[in-house]
Amino acid sequence: MTRIRKVILSIFAFLFLITSNTYADKVRIATEGAYPPWNSKSSDGKLIGFEVELANVLCGYMGHECTIVEQDWDGMIPALRMRKYDAIMAGMSITDERKKVITFSQGYADEKASLAVMKGSDLESMKTSKVLNLNKKGGSTSKDLKTLTAALSGKQVCVQTGTIHQNFLESGDVGKVNVRTYKTQDDVNLDLSSGRCDVALAAISSFTDYAKASGKNVVLVGPEYRGGHFGNGVGVGLRQEAQFGSGTAMGKRDGQLLKDFNKAIKKASKEGKISELAIKWFGFDASM
Amino acid sequence: MDFDLMISSFPKLLNATLITLKLVSLSLVFGIFLGTFFAILRTGKNKFLKNFSYYYSYIFRGTPMLVQLFIIYFGLAQIEYLRSSFLWVVLKEPYWCAIIAFALNTGAYTSEILRSAFETIDKGCIEAGQSLGISRKNIFYKIKFPIAIRQSLPAYSNEMILMLKGTSLASTVTLMDLTGVAKFIISTTFKPIEIFIAAGSIYLFITFLIHAFIKTIEKKLEYPR
Amino acid sequence: MELLVFGKNGWGDELFFATLMTLAVAIAAMLIGFLFALIFTPLKISKNKILNFIANFYTTIVRGVPELLVIYLFFFGGSNAVMFVARIFGYDGFIEINAFITGAFSIGIISGAYSTEVFRGAYQSIKHGQFEASKVLGLKENLSFFKVILPQMLRLAIPNIANVWQITLKDTALISVTGLVEIMRQSHIAAGSTRDPLLFYSFAAVLYLILTFFSMKVLNKLEAHYKRGY
Repeated sequence: MTRIRKVILSIFAFLFLITSNTYADKVRIATEGAYPPWNSKSSDGKLIGFEVELANVLCGYMGHECTIVEQDWDGMIPALRMRKYDAIMAGMSITDERKKVITFSQGYADEKASLAVMKGSDLESMKTSKVLNLNKKGGSTSKDLKTLTAALSGKQVCVQTGTIHQNFLESGDVGKVNVRTYKTQDDVNLDLSSGRCDVALAAISSFTDYAKASGKNVVLVGPEYRGGHFGNGVGVGLRQEAQFGSGTAMGKRDGQLLKDFNKAIKKASKEGKISELAIKWFGFDASM
Repeated sequence: MDFDLMISSFPKLLNATLITLKLVSLSLVFGIFLGTFFAILRTGKNKFLKNFSYYYSYIFRGTPMLVQLFIIYFGLAQIEYLRSSFLWVVLKEPYWCAIIAFALNTGAYTSEILRSAFETIDKGCIEAGQSLGISRKNIFYKIKFPIAIRQSLPAYSNEMILMLKGTSLASTVTLMDLTGVAKFIISTTFKPIEIFIAAGSIYLFITFLIHAFIKTIEKKLEYPR
Repeated sequence: MELLVFGKNGWGDELFFATLMTLAVAIAAMLIGFLFALIFTPLKISKNKILNFIANFYTTIVRGVPELLVIYLFFFGGSNAVMFVARIFGYDGFIEINAFITGAFSIGIISGAYSTEVFRGAYQSIKHGQFEASKVLGLKENLSFFKVILPQMLRLAIPNIANVWQITLKDTALISVTGLVEIMRQSHIAAGSTRDPLLFYSFAAVLYLILTFFSMKVLNKLEAHYKRGY
């Protein structure tokens, strides 16, 4: 074989070697690392947060060896489907949209959302009910939506891209809104405090964590959102068994992982572990 | 191949193309002014200005445009003083932050193109002008500059295309340009190939237009033979 | 500034490793690019119109479409593409691609288009006499390529390859969607976590400038080496 061909073949062989992965009993769980207090990165480079600790607890129950990897939010679901890792624990809400391409374990925490502004905004005077449940169609729901539509029109509203919050704002339920999307919730917070955004929509826990860490005057306005676009709690994102087919080894493994996670979550919930971690990281019991 | 998706996403993509075109044209226009300014500084006599121009060019060509954009968009917004000054009216808008970053970047590359064009002008032309008693200012405007422009056109068409691709970074600071909308459609439909073809062909078409545009200018500026 | 310190409380060590990752991806991408150039440069130079078209198609598309789109294409559609190629070679299983290869490959394919142009230009700049002389001397094609043409190509190509290296190095800033922790992603996380974007993005710029500076030194030495006696 000529030298060039040998060189080319060896490079391809090398590339194939690095790409093949062994299907050991290791479970790789992905998180974002930029969504405190759910998950974030500390200054010594470690991933920390509610979900990081919960992941280790669940893995202990499942008897699997787990590694936690980081992944940018906008690539999270595609990378799961491409088997870069086996599960997502990144504050991802269970929605029907997402269920079309992946599946979820049962929910382990509730993520209540709200609008937030900086102190002094005129939106502070907005009057709505305390909770807005989009699943309940009725008088108070439509009244609140009308108030919100009026309040948000003409304002710059900031959200993280690819989230249920973005879906809600663009759904038309609150009319036409000037939506700005950002890569991470941290970026949303930065622009909210610098004044580029009039108002932002995200999980309440994000805003309270930001207010505490930065010392800035972030004020929650409007109702707490439930139902509809806001999904049914946060769960572990997993591949559907059907993606690779229940007949194949990989499909079976995926299906089994879903069962294992559900069992572990039930156990953790019964033993109060989830509530304990939630109180530690959120300050209140956010478990389901 | 999902042709329906390609066809149905075209209107949204074309809408976003308007923003891309606005970004490209404004950045290039400002960039030409910046580039000419710094090229003149570079070929001038003042050592301090020469170095200033050199380092400007070095920094903006040696770092990714993404970093430059983030420093201008996120970094400057952090400075209290800037937020309370009149500059905030401009810096508040992601649109203008992007244009500032893009213009500074293309200005650096343009200044390099013009500088090398200035330095390779046939000395004979300049000497002829001097022997005819033409003032230094006129030598610059009537002799050096036109020759430099003619010589830089091929390299500048390259730069225009690089800038067109550069505008795709605007999608990282909330601007919904062609790339931003394409990414959104890809991440919700999971059909990357179709959208890549649709958005990519729009970019390639604009590239083709830029090539044709520069070719016509080259023809117009040709020496009569 | 204490935020940049190495060790537990500072982001300095994370940024250091991120810089190494940036270098690693850039080098891998450059090499993958050379592989592509090895395939496509002969196609571009050949007299066969069809092969010409294929090569021109590759360089025009990859150099004309924004890098972000190419990266999204490979990230969202990547393993399907690789499996498609592998199926041609007869491998029917599932291939798991790790983030490093995805990132390096997407940038590598872009780098390859630029490298192809550089090598083509270098090849076409070699004086015709060289080819004729080696034919006259009776050198076999293989020998004449490696001992006569290639060294001269390298001399002509190296300044422009230095340019391609710069482009490749800066393009690595765009692959954070793959989850790889290189300079841009690490500074983004640090900036978000400490709410100090100015410090971290400025520092990222400094890191890139350092990489650029040292690359230029190395490449200048390489250029001088190949220019010996010329």
